[in-house]
Amino acid sequence: MNIQQAIMMDEKDNVATLLTAIEKCHQVQIKVGERSFTVQAKETIPYGHKIALKDIEKGGKVIKYSEVIGRAIDHIKEGTHVHVHNTESLSAKNL
Amino acid sequence: MKISGYLRPDGSIGFRNHIAILPSVGCANDVVVRLGRMYPDVRLLSHRQGCSQVGPDNDQTVRTLVGLGKNPNIAGVLVIGLGCETISAEYLAEEISKTKKMVDYLVFNDEEGLMAALPKGAKMLDRMLHETSKMKRVPCDLEQLTVGLKCGLSDTTSGIASNPATGIAADRVVESGGTVIFGETPELIGAESIMAKRAASREVEEKLYRVVNECKERVKTSGGDIQEANVAPGNIEGGITTIEEKSLGSIKKGGGTTLQGVLDYGEIPREKGLFFMDSPGRTPEALTGFNAAGAQILIFPTGGGSPAGSLISPVIKVTANSQTAQRLKGHIDIDVSTVISGDELLVKAGDRIFQKLLEVANGEQTKAETLLYGSISIWNISPLCG
Repeated sequence: MNIQQAIMMDEKDNVATLLTAIEKCHQVQIKVGERSFTVQAKETIPYGHKIALKDIEKGGKVIKYSEVIGRAIDHIKEGTHVHVHNTESLSAKNL
Repeated sequence: MKISGYLRPDGSIGFRNHIAILPSVGCANDVVVRLGRMYPDVRLLSHRQGCSQVGPDNDQTVRTLVGLGKNPNIAGVLVIGLGCETISAEYLAEEISKTKKMVDYLVFNDEEGLMAALPKGAKMLDRMLHETSKMKRVPCDLEQLTVGLKCGLSDTTSGIASNPATGIAADRVVESGGTVIFGETPELIGAESIMAKRAASREVEEKLYRVVNECKERVKTSGGDIQEANVAPGNIEGGITTIEEKSLGSIKKGGGTTLQGVLDYGEIPREKGLFFMDSPGRTPEALTGFNAAGAQILIFPTGGGSPAGSLISPVIKVTANSQTAQRLKGHIDIDVSTVISGDELLVKAGDRIFQKLLEVANGEQTKAETLLYGSISIWNISPLCG
């Protein structure tokens, strides 16, 4: 079966979810609605994890589903893995 | 596509035409089961509540039992009590009768034992089944439809395909004047502000925060760790980074319309549109709550798969995991793994779910319905007393 590489849930998002594991330096095809574009992966990223579609400043918002899902605790470069090592929840502390 | 259903005396529409036996208390379950052996087409709503409950817990059980009887998919109800329980059969029958549907009740302790109770119950069922057989479908509007949504055994594919595709179908129902109910209060912990932004009024917003806070308090009171509601190690391994991301993936199944209200468990909405129901994550309890609120059809997006069903409402199961779709062919109604493979746009997958919803409303059986998979389980919120 054909597997597309990554899906961006909304045009406002700055991350996409990988539908297959991606090796460093690969051009990742990102699909959003009927449009697609490519981003070069700067590192290996596992299936189901997120890739940055643009640079996100330290303290900047990480956006998926057109909503803020967290804050960058480091500068996140385009094409790198977005996960718990560089992103934190805004609300988990208030639980 | 036009839809049709069974017009009830109170103006509501049933998309199924069931006769049900509802025990007012768990002790009466055996009478229900025996009658069920004689009448295999009758829905047996056995449960284990109805006695020794106090305060809000008792209110919740009463509300749920009355709501189950009132569900428009049920044409007639036989309520069976023992005679000594907190919630009497007579009271339930009276409340359900407000819909003017067929209702009868039988109290075990008024009879000379089981063997005397059975023929009496049988006679009541005979009459209701005969009346039901004469009922015919009439054309109706989507405004008459209430859909309940629950996800289960979610995986990476849920948040990006099966839940958002279900959300597109949910939006179509609301835009057509219908009602959609989703729930799972624990899923909102940490993401309540995201949902609150969509509240229709200040009251709705306040109630949303209140039910989430009560949920947190229950975890704390029972000695649990609220952080467990946070992202679990398995979620992190799967690629979920924050609790906001996890919750968003789940609440996407409710679509993007305005939140009209927050319902208590089993509460019937008084208006149309999108509602959140205060409810637990456990599937049979959540589905029972939607049944009691009047949902005639349920949609269940899943990642790893589930046999989930309901005795009152057809359950449409949706997955975007191609392996689950293959492995559980006998349980899954709609395969939207095409969104993952890039062969179908999300909006088209959502449209397929909506079309299936209409077919099911018109009588097409879902997999769980054919398998008669389902049970009643009422959410119990406080320790039993007495």
